Amino acid sequence: MTAAPQARSEGQDDKSERGALALNGVTRRFGEFTAVDNVSFEVGPGELLALVGASGSGKTTTLRMAAGYETPDSGTVTLGGKDITRVPPERRGFGMVFQHYALFPHMPVEDNVAFGLEARGVSKAERLMKARAALANVGLEGAGSRAIQSLSGGEQQRVALARALVIEPRALLLDEPLSNLDPTLRHTMRDDLRAMLRRVGVPALFVTHDQEDAFAVADRIALLRKGKLLQVGTPEELYGAPASREVAAFIGRGSIVPAIDKGSTATVTIGGVARDLSVTRPKDSPTHVDPAFVVLRPDALELSRSPGVLAWRGRITNRRFAGGMVVYRVQLADNICVDVESPAGQAHEDDNVSVSPMKGPFPLVPA
Amino acid sequence: MKASTRRQSWLIALPVMALLLWTVVYPNVAVIAGSFENGLGHWREFAASPADREALWTTLVISVASVFASLAIGVPLAFLLGRFEFPGRRLLRAVATLPAALPPLVGVIAFLFLYGESGLVTRVVQRAFGMAEAPWRLKGVGAIVFVHAYTMYVYVFLFVSAGLERFDATLDEAASGLGASTWQRLRRVTLPLLMPAVAGSALLVFMNALGSFSAPYVFGGGLRVLSTQILASKTNGAMGLAYVETTVLALSAVAGLILFRWLDRKRKYTLAGKGGRSRRVIRSRRVQIVTTIAAAVIVIALVLPHLMVILVSFARDGAWTTQVLPPEYTFENYRRLFSESELWKPITNSVSMALIATAANLVVCFIAGYLIVFRKFGGRGLLELLVALPWAIPATAIALGLAATFNRNDLLTGRVLLVGTFWILPLAYFIRDIPLVASAVESSLRQMDASLEDAARGLGAPWLMTMRRVILPAARPGLVAGGLLAAVTAVGEFVASVVLYTHSNRPISMEILAQLRALAFGTAAAYSVLLIFLVLLMTLAARSFEERLA
Repeated sequence: MTAAPQARSEGQDDKSERGALALNGVTRRFGEFTAVDNVSFEVGPGELLALVGASGSGKTTTLRMAAGYETPDSGTVTLGGKDITRVPPERRGFGMVFQHYALFPHMPVEDNVAFGLEARGVSKAERLMKARAALANVGLEGAGSRAIQSLSGGEQQRVALARALVIEPRALLLDEPLSNLDPTLRHTMRDDLRAMLRRVGVPALFVTHDQEDAFAVADRIALLRKGKLLQVGTPEELYGAPASREVAAFIGRGSIVPAIDKGSTATVTIGGVARDLSVTRPKDSPTHVDPAFVVLRPDALELSRSPGVLAWRGRITNRRFAGGMVVYRVQLADNICVDVESPAGQAHEDDNVSVSPMKGPFPLVPA
Repeated sequence: MKASTRRQSWLIALPVMALLLWTVVYPNVAVIAGSFENGLGHWREFAASPADREALWTTLVISVASVFASLAIGVPLAFLLGRFEFPGRRLLRAVATLPAALPPLVGVIAFLFLYGESGLVTRVVQRAFGMAEAPWRLKGVGAIVFVHAYTMYVYVFLFVSAGLERFDATLDEAASGLGASTWQRLRRVTLPLLMPAVAGSALLVFMNALGSFSAPYVFGGGLRVLSTQILASKTNGAMGLAYVETTVLALSAVAGLILFRWLDRKRKYTLAGKGGRSRRVIRSRRVQIVTTIAAAVIVIALVLPHLMVILVSFARDGAWTTQVLPPEYTFENYRRLFSESELWKPITNSVSMALIATAANLVVCFIAGYLIVFRKFGGRGLLELLVALPWAIPATAIALGLAATFNRNDLLTGRVLLVGTFWILPLAYFIRDIPLVASAVESSLRQMDASLEDAARGLGAPWLMTMRRVILPAARPGLVAGGLLAAVTAVGEFVASVVLYTHSNRPISMEILAQLRALAFGTAAAYSVLLIFLVLLMTLAARSFEERLA
């Protein structure tokens, strides 16, 4: 689909060892149900790609095919151009972090981390040394002899990460690595995770249902819905130029309103008031789409208490304080609702206000 | 699941399934086929025999009565111990499960020593009221249900206690907050939520009572039940009739199983609360005294059989006739057990046969449990059925099936001569204990996070290393607990043994029976004490093993 982005990691010297991980048109059916439908994407060395989707979108099945726990019914999985579709997980040499970490409860921390080395026949002394180094690497020096049960959620996650990294994996796969952490820990772990994964310099694929996590951690995002890939792109691309109405709806943060596509602009008519807005079009989109929609984001709209001639008129139904600004929900005509970000204290619930588009360009999306 | 994994699953499953089909299913098919060997002839014989009709009816009556008697003891006791605090509670709780530690035949003879015609309690009552004859006779349906209630209420007690422990206290609080009285809460909230536990334990009692052999055999007093009829027919050489009786017994068990499933069909909830309800302290002085006296009586009733067996084990054989207590005491019984090789033989027999059977159980059930819990493949349903099957077949039926199948060498029909050899009893014990060990292993493995196996593979571990380092440790608590139960049941096994034993491999239970028949009560009791001691020893060994590993 998209070419691997520029290498950015300092550990990028050995190209033969570190190839891109690619899924090429993979499909997986369970009986009548198609869990993953002709999905293709590539993760370059050192790149961090987030596979995002609601539950049941096929993201975990996709990850399991990348890991080798599932075999696609059609399509291939390649690493550095080599077909590994039928290579079993124990011979792929990938590091995987499971959703609930899958740490072996009957082994102390260092045996968990050293397990992959034990499987590779590394001597006891060497594997313990490496395990300790890996633990230090994730900020857990000296925790080697602790029992898994004595670790906090965040520590368990670090152990799982150390266990995946110590085998010097050819790719890293992470299944909802942040979903079991409490919100505060989650924010620090996002930064740590990104820093650690960038240092490793192998393709990293991580599954999440949380677009905030994806936006915070990933270089690129692949959006899945009902087994189909909707869009792959950088967070900026997905936010600024969503490929479809579905993508825009998933990203949220704005109202999607009908528009008439006029090329570089689009006309949005609400309650008889028509406004021409400058738009960004999705990549590879035709010059004219119909039906077309425009995403109105809260920060691109302006609220005013004086009725402007060219403004959309409405009534505030709700307000939500969001750090210095207030987001007002305004009910406009034609059953359209928009959120408008405005300095606090400007208006109140049940006030009649007018809303006008301010900054452009606005994302234009096909149905 | 990948095709290669599925193939591997089949590869591991096939030997296990073949073994179970051969040793569990085939003998029962042989019994059913045998019952039709001359068309409906044997069945007509069965239908025409008043003795057999009586046996079937009596068996069902005893089983149902045992269920109600066990419920009547087990449910109130579980509530008393689970919900109330009173002086003596801890002692009562400690001895409440004691009857389960008595091997079936030992419980029966303890009752004989206590409540039999010349038993301690009987004689005390007789003397106290100056009666010329014993006030009761320990015979018939009543006696059998009495013993069953004593040994089997433990299932009900344990199930209901566990249910009460997991009972979400907030449900009760919610009900009382809505204005429900104590009685309404019990009837509308507590009891309905405990129904699964009650039904599950009731089924267990029913199945046990249905296949019970020792109580009817020792003091049936001419009373016929199906299990004793089967042995009688076999002893008389009427194998065809024995096959019919066995089939009828097995069918009754299956019918009971289906009936209970049907009664429990509507349940869609489980008790998953955190418990957390504290016991209510009984404050009223009068109620406290009554409760404590009741508790003391129950404790004595529960401990008495054990004490009596220990006491009689020191009684000189033949000296105890009409006295309340045995008049002479000696260490002779024990000395002879340890010094005379003929008397020592049953002990080594039982221990070695139990160990062999348990070892086989551990291997087979570990593999079966692993496949059932972790592998999705076409044969999983069949495998689940195969490991559960022996549970639904009364032990007498299992034993007769083995007698019918492994009675000659005929490789074409899959028969190997084991009857009359040492190996027939370990095989019978092995089959009886498969469901026990398999379900213990399964429940351990189900607690394991399934992604651990994936994690091990992903880290490059080959299959054997994954099994050894990840699956086996996860299954270990189940293997230890299941193995212990299997060994304990096998070492005191009586029901299958009585059908299949020979003089050279006679187990302790058969020797107890033989000594009893020879009126050597002291020796019989000494064997019983030794059996209890063996059970205790194995329990301690399993516990220390588990502690050392944990």
